[in-house]
Amino acid sequence: MNLLFALVALPLLFMLASLVAGRHGPRLIWLSAPLMTGLAVWLAIAVHTAPEGGALGGWPVPLGIMLEADGLAAALMLASAITAAITGLFALGSYGTTRAETTRSYTFWPLFYGLWAAVNAVLVSRDLFNLYVAIELLSICAVALAAFGSRKAAMDYLMIALAGSLAYLLGVVLIFAAVGTLDLSLIAERAPEARTSILIGAALISAGLIAKTALFPLHGWLPPAHGAAPPAVSALLSALVVKASFVILLRVWFEALPGLTEQAIITGFGVLGAAAILYGSALALRQEGLKALIAYSTVAQLGYLFLVFPLAGGGEAITLWAAGAWGAMGFHASAHMLAKAGLFLAAGLMIHASGNGRMDGLTGLARAMPVTTFAFALCAVSLMGLPPSGGFMAKYLMLIASLASGQWPYALVIIAGGLMAAAYLFRPLARMFAGTETPAITPLAHGWLPLAPLALAIAAMALGLLSAAPYELMVSGLPEAGEAGLEEVEP
Amino acid sequence: MNTAILIPVLLVLAPLIPAVVSAFLSGHAGWRNGVNIGFAALKLALVTYALAGVAAGAEYEWRIAFVPGLDLVLRLDALALLFVTLSAVLWVATTLYAIAYLKGTPHQARFFAFFNLCVVAASGIAMSGSLITFFVFYEILTLATWPLVVHTGSAKAMAAGRTYLAYTLAGSAALLAGIVWLESGSGPVEFADGADLSGFSTLSASVIFALLIGGLGAKTALIPLHPWLPAAMAAPAPVSALLHAVAVVKAGAFGVVRVIYDVYGIETVAALGLGIPLAALASATIIYGSLQALCQSDIKKRLAYSTVSQVSYIVLGASLAGPFAVIGGLVHLVHQGLMKITLFFGAGVLAERAGITGIAQMDGIGRRMPITMAAFSVAALGMIGVPPVAGFVSKWYLALGGYQSGASWVVGVLIASSLLNAAYFLPMLYRAWLKPSADTLPSRETLASTRTWLLILPGAFTAMAALGAGLFAGFELSPLGWATLIVERIYLP
Repeated sequence: MNLLFALVALPLLFMLASLVAGRHGPRLIWLSAPLMTGLAVWLAIAVHTAPEGGALGGWPVPLGIMLEADGLAAALMLASAITAAITGLFALGSYGTTRAETTRSYTFWPLFYGLWAAVNAVLVSRDLFNLYVAIELLSICAVALAAFGSRKAAMDYLMIALAGSLAYLLGVVLIFAAVGTLDLSLIAERAPEARTSILIGAALISAGLIAKTALFPLHGWLPPAHGAAPPAVSALLSALVVKASFVILLRVWFEALPGLTEQAIITGFGVLGAAAILYGSALALRQEGLKALIAYSTVAQLGYLFLVFPLAGGGEAITLWAAGAWGAMGFHASAHMLAKAGLFLAAGLMIHASGNGRMDGLTGLARAMPVTTFAFALCAVSLMGLPPSGGFMAKYLMLIASLASGQWPYALVIIAGGLMAAAYLFRPLARMFAGTETPAITPLAHGWLPLAPLALAIAAMALGLLSAAPYELMVSGLPEAGEAGLEEVEP
Repeated sequence: MNTAILIPVLLVLAPLIPAVVSAFLSGHAGWRNGVNIGFAALKLALVTYALAGVAAGAEYEWRIAFVPGLDLVLRLDALALLFVTLSAVLWVATTLYAIAYLKGTPHQARFFAFFNLCVVAASGIAMSGSLITFFVFYEILTLATWPLVVHTGSAKAMAAGRTYLAYTLAGSAALLAGIVWLESGSGPVEFADGADLSGFSTLSASVIFALLIGGLGAKTALIPLHPWLPAAMAAPAPVSALLHAVAVVKAGAFGVVRVIYDVYGIETVAALGLGIPLAALASATIIYGSLQALCQSDIKKRLAYSTVSQVSYIVLGASLAGPFAVIGGLVHLVHQGLMKITLFFGAGVLAERAGITGIAQMDGIGRRMPITMAAFSVAALGMIGVPPVAGFVSKWYLALGGYQSGASWVVGVLIASSLLNAAYFLPMLYRAWLKPSADTLPSRETLASTRTWLLILPGAFTAMAALGAGLFAGFELSPLGWATLIVERIYLP
């Protein structure tokens, strides 16, 4: 319990500290990175044996606030801690103390810690209003960080985020009016009494969260915002921010409303996810800018997460792990966090070094920046879903789940998505290996910066090679609906 | 604890360590070469130890779970060891050759890192004990080979890399689809037990088989999935040697053998009626590859099409499924490796030292470079099937197997292929040995002053090995003896 509280409160403390510390603020990352990662590891080990949770201040629900970490929350908490810690260290290159103090080097750090706290809060909250507060804090920090790149893209992002928040809030009000509680487990108990109004509320909540997650067709704001931002910011936005709103969506449907879900809703999520995979990949194939390509890849990769709705336990459990869709989703979310952040960091270094963000600017960089290129390649392998990577385990489990449950169209989409990912990611990679000259590059701020994407890439690989423990963690304490499928659970 | 179960792990680690070390020793060629040779020798020692153990009936197995019930299994049985031994022996030869070949060229660190990674993948493929393990290493091989194909960075190399990826990744997608479809119904498939096909209709089982073989066929270069292989000629000679003899095409062929014998089982393949169509496809590839080889004027291209043809002998032997045919196919896995690597070593030496890439330029080269060309000639004669070189043994057993399985048309295919082999290899030998030297050839003095033994001896060694494998085929530890052992264990459990 105190551990969960610490994981949410400590980043907030670091946020305040970084405001107070002024030009020494950036140095705090040397403390916060190992501390937060260590706590997340501790949580993962603790949750592995029993779910962690309890009421804040000892006040029970409905008076107090419940914090709770199941296996998925602990796993994502750890993956996001690794991602945020490494991205934070990487950001020292742009917003560190070695450079003259700027507005940005001052504002980056509080926003960074605010975002981290919000992500952790989303993961452990079990109450629609808490989730609202957390997702609002997240949106505000994310929009402000996105403004580091393009003001216009950030404004669009802000509009979408606000509209999403309004829809979410409206949905929460409807549900509260219907059942008189915001706690997820209490909603699950009382939901059958007011089925219609709850479904309308849930639809509003879903619409808001889909906009924030940038699921096709509400993805339009994401590529400009993620593509234009500085590398460290793009990494945080693509890796963490969009996952948080997706996790809330999971909580709402799998924990608060299992059994209320119609086949149409499940299929709807699945079809949108599949469309996102194909459409995002097709657009990624056509990009000439490196970061725009990676941003469109995010649109495609987010689609896979939504396949958990139709796939989770959708069929008779023929094999031991036919109900592995839940684990697949956890693997995909974690692997995408690590690999996409690594990809953005590596791309940022390459664009800085070559002074050109377009595809042809990459020519020959494999010779000038071997470590960065290698990190880029490893992250790309995970996104393509090729072994040995976390991305592969995710795709393998998803494929098994879709075929074991007889939903083979999803399997075709997953395989097509993997091939398209290979096609769009090998384009920049081939540029890096092409040519015979070694291009002259602008030196990096620190020689060790390429190690940041490399560390993320290795983490994404390790997730695939040593997958047994993460898998057990992700499926431990999973909601009943995650195992049995949304439709089969009677409330 | 029995330390012997670690042998499969050590066999994978032996090339992995120099792969990682090479990546970091970019400025220290001497150290890097030392590490590479040292670990290659270490692996040979491990293989020798394992050979003795497996011959005596031991099987080494090591496993770790991916998710509960789904394991990464490394299992060293007789079939695995056949491929591991081949890769270990040829790894030593190719490492020595590559050190000499690449001396003074840029980016050797990268080259050796990925080169060794390919050997890791090949060892892993050989020792895979389950389908998922096989797929993991198979894909590592796909990915690790790409930087080698595009190593020079020239436009031609990049185009070759693109073609290579298009075919192999599409193949991987088909293979993955087949694996997942199979495992979604039967649970995780381990080679030791085979797949439980009871839940599948005849049609589904056949479609899955087609997906698996089609996916593997992309690397095996079965027609119509072969065009990437001749295109990949843009790679440096050691890479071609490795691609053709050990790593990529062999991985595919080895996978076909595993699918037929350890996933489906011979009886099931026969009951589904899948063996003969596959044998027909392999035969078509054999003839088509030979015809194409005949049309090439570039040495490496001709050798490449020759590989398309020769690797299908392995598939042919496996799909005919009689004991003699299987022996012929398995032994060809080794024999073709020894002979083809010799040919590519020779082609590389010709290009590097005398600037010869076209067949028309080979006039009289035999007298200027006698050792290289003697080795080349032994291998070429072996490919044709002239006794006592190893190729003859393969063809003999395949022909016997054809009769035994009641598919005597196979003998016709083999005769046609041998005639075609003779038609495209003999003119090269005729030019090299019997035609007067062209004026464009470098003089004896120039050649003597630039002679690098490290470039010449690996080819001589592999040619001797090919000759020895044929001459001493009757011994228990010859490739033929070992293939017979494997087949005895398949048919007489």
